[in-house]
Amino acid sequence: MAEPGNTSATPSKPAPWNDPAVRSVVFQVVAVAAVAYFFYVIFDNTFTNMEKRGITTGFAFLDNPSGFGILMSLVEYDESHTYGRTFLVGLLNTVLVSFLGIIVATALGFTIGVARLSSNWIISKLAAVYIEVLRNIPLLLQIFFWYFAVLQVLPGPRNSFSWNEAVFLSNRGLFTPAPVFESGSSLIFGALVVAVVTVIAVANWARKRQETTGQQFHTVYVSIGILLGLPFLAFLVSGMPVSIDYPALKGFNFRGGIRIIPELMALLWALSFYTAAFIAEIVRAGILAVEHGQSEAAHALGLRPAPTLKLVVIPQALRVIIPPLTSQYLNLAKNSSLATAIGYPDLVAVFMGTTLNQTGQAVEIVAMTMAVYLTISLSISTLMNWYNKRKALVER
Amino acid sequence: MTNFREIADMPPPANTVGVVGWVRKNLISTPMNALFTFIGLYLVYLLLPPLLDWTVFSANFAGEDQTACTGTGACWVFIKARITLFMYGFYPSEEYWRMNLVFALLAATFLPQFFDAFPYKKVFGIFSVTGFPIIAYILISGGMLGLEHVETDRWGGLSLTLILSFVGIVAALPIGVVLALGRRSSMPVIRTMCIVFIELWRGVPLISVLFMASVMLPLFLPEGVTFNKLARAMIGIVMFQSAYMAEVIRGGLQAIPKGQYEAASALGLSYWKSMSFIVLPQAMKLVIPGIVNTFIALFKDTTLVLIIGLFDILGSVQSAIVDPVWRGVSTEGYVFAAMCFWVFCFSMSRYSMALERKLHTGHKR
Repeated sequence: MAEPGNTSATPSKPAPWNDPAVRSVVFQVVAVAAVAYFFYVIFDNTFTNMEKRGITTGFAFLDNPSGFGILMSLVEYDESHTYGRTFLVGLLNTVLVSFLGIIVATALGFTIGVARLSSNWIISKLAAVYIEVLRNIPLLLQIFFWYFAVLQVLPGPRNSFSWNEAVFLSNRGLFTPAPVFESGSSLIFGALVVAVVTVIAVANWARKRQETTGQQFHTVYVSIGILLGLPFLAFLVSGMPVSIDYPALKGFNFRGGIRIIPELMALLWALSFYTAAFIAEIVRAGILAVEHGQSEAAHALGLRPAPTLKLVVIPQALRVIIPPLTSQYLNLAKNSSLATAIGYPDLVAVFMGTTLNQTGQAVEIVAMTMAVYLTISLSISTLMNWYNKRKALVER
Repeated sequence: MTNFREIADMPPPANTVGVVGWVRKNLISTPMNALFTFIGLYLVYLLLPPLLDWTVFSANFAGEDQTACTGTGACWVFIKARITLFMYGFYPSEEYWRMNLVFALLAATFLPQFFDAFPYKKVFGIFSVTGFPIIAYILISGGMLGLEHVETDRWGGLSLTLILSFVGIVAALPIGVVLALGRRSSMPVIRTMCIVFIELWRGVPLISVLFMASVMLPLFLPEGVTFNKLARAMIGIVMFQSAYMAEVIRGGLQAIPKGQYEAASALGLSYWKSMSFIVLPQAMKLVIPGIVNTFIALFKDTTLVLIIGLFDILGSVQSAIVDPVWRGVSTEGYVFAAMCFWVFCFSMSRYSMALERKLHTGHKR
């Protein structure tokens, strides 16, 4: 029983409410209207509420003096500086802890991931215990543990643990000797820059030579030699213009040297140990993803174990490792905002916390803070996508 | 002609089987391996005896208050004395039975669903996301049916952690599915909206979302409409986790071959029918590990609510530690909270692995 429409040569036009094209336009118009109305209501309510509470809008507050001190700052800062400056201080502290955390977590995570795959039963099981314990306990709990249960109960500065009377650990933090660069040390930094440029050039040359001739070059040893040797040579030539400032106990606390506050230590340890557990699993999965046949083929071609690892296994494993590794780096950067719970002065603590409480400029401050995190997220993922593209399989 | 006579197999060399063989293979196969074994054993020797001594042998179990903690080990008396705070927060003690009933009901509703042979899975499944939340809300909050009303400020402890995670999981999954479908929609406007929503929430830390929910949500709402702190935290957590859930499910949707979508349309199924009967069941099956990982992340992330002033289990532990009645018990408190989280997260991850193995059989050759 065919309907009349089906027998004709040209298909009948469906009714407008059944036409996919019409439907899609209608849906989208409705969606836009709904979202626009939603935002209209929100903005309207926000402005009404802010007027009632006497909050002025705008970013003028950034030029007002803040009037509060910050525990730790990478740039010059005191109570007389502006709220704009507190934003910068918080941002730099966030970047510092994220950067250090990424380095430590990567090193630790790769070590544990490889240990997990070790043929040695004990090493493999120890790595498994580390991974299963650390990644199933909330990060905030781990931060609290390091801060309140480990670092806060350390002895005071007078009874601090010391190593060679140069490094001191107490409940005021970790004190280490600091290098003091005197006049003439610019040569050393110049040499460092030259060394970095040389290393990049050498690595490029070595890669090209290997691709064309197959001959290998000890890039790693040469690079380390250049990176350490050139600045050291400059140090000697310029007449050793670097002295070391040792921390010393004066009154109730240490003076001189570099002070790493306990808040930073607790946050850095917790972030690195926690993220390392995830990175270890990623590394393990990446190495397991390289088929056994690949390393067997490399051995059959006469490659020794070290070059097999370097030229065959690792490049293929990296392809699998990098995308999830990127998201772990992003998580670490975002998790650094938990600093606010123990009082490490990161962006959320000083800006979304203290500054917001003092000024009441909720909309501007929340928007600025979120914009910063979005920018960090997007830039890390862009960078890693670029790297990923370079490492990705090129199929012919 | 010599006849074939079967000779019994020779036994494998004695040093390749049994304990000796295992030790030779796994612990001392090469000098390097032996060195690693030595380092590993040394690590175990450094860590395990002090740990056991602290948690068990020198620990204090009996007693009522601080004076009972005389040994050098852990003071578990503290946990014993504060257990109701850790479990129920500041919930009125004469109403504990209501919380207990809800969690008994939770167990009775969910546990049978883990068994394949259980016949009423569908009924229980529907009940667990429709009837159960309503009953649980009435029981916990009260204010009707003759039950005394309990303000959300007094909810706390492990029960608050479980409430937050349950709401987060039940709400984030469907929102995540809708967002994932939207992100793969052919309508450019819908797709853009979903991408912006997902990337916005994924790009910022949860703590800033919670701050936003607690300081900005009141500004967004019209005069007179207020949410309590708990509801605001829940909205923040659900928004945040649904974005992550959407990305996990999108991964599954992308892994379904195009032929499945085309076959569904060829059969004349509408968009929603082809999605809910053909594509989503296959896609969800593929990403179960990812979904469970998101659940685990959500469960751990509920601790962040203590920063906006709610007392989940970590918040209760923190408040009990700073109480001057007990001194020097912070490690015990954190270890207890860590154990609670660990048990839940570890069993969830093992369950997901088991489920993955069970569902994977169809593809194995």
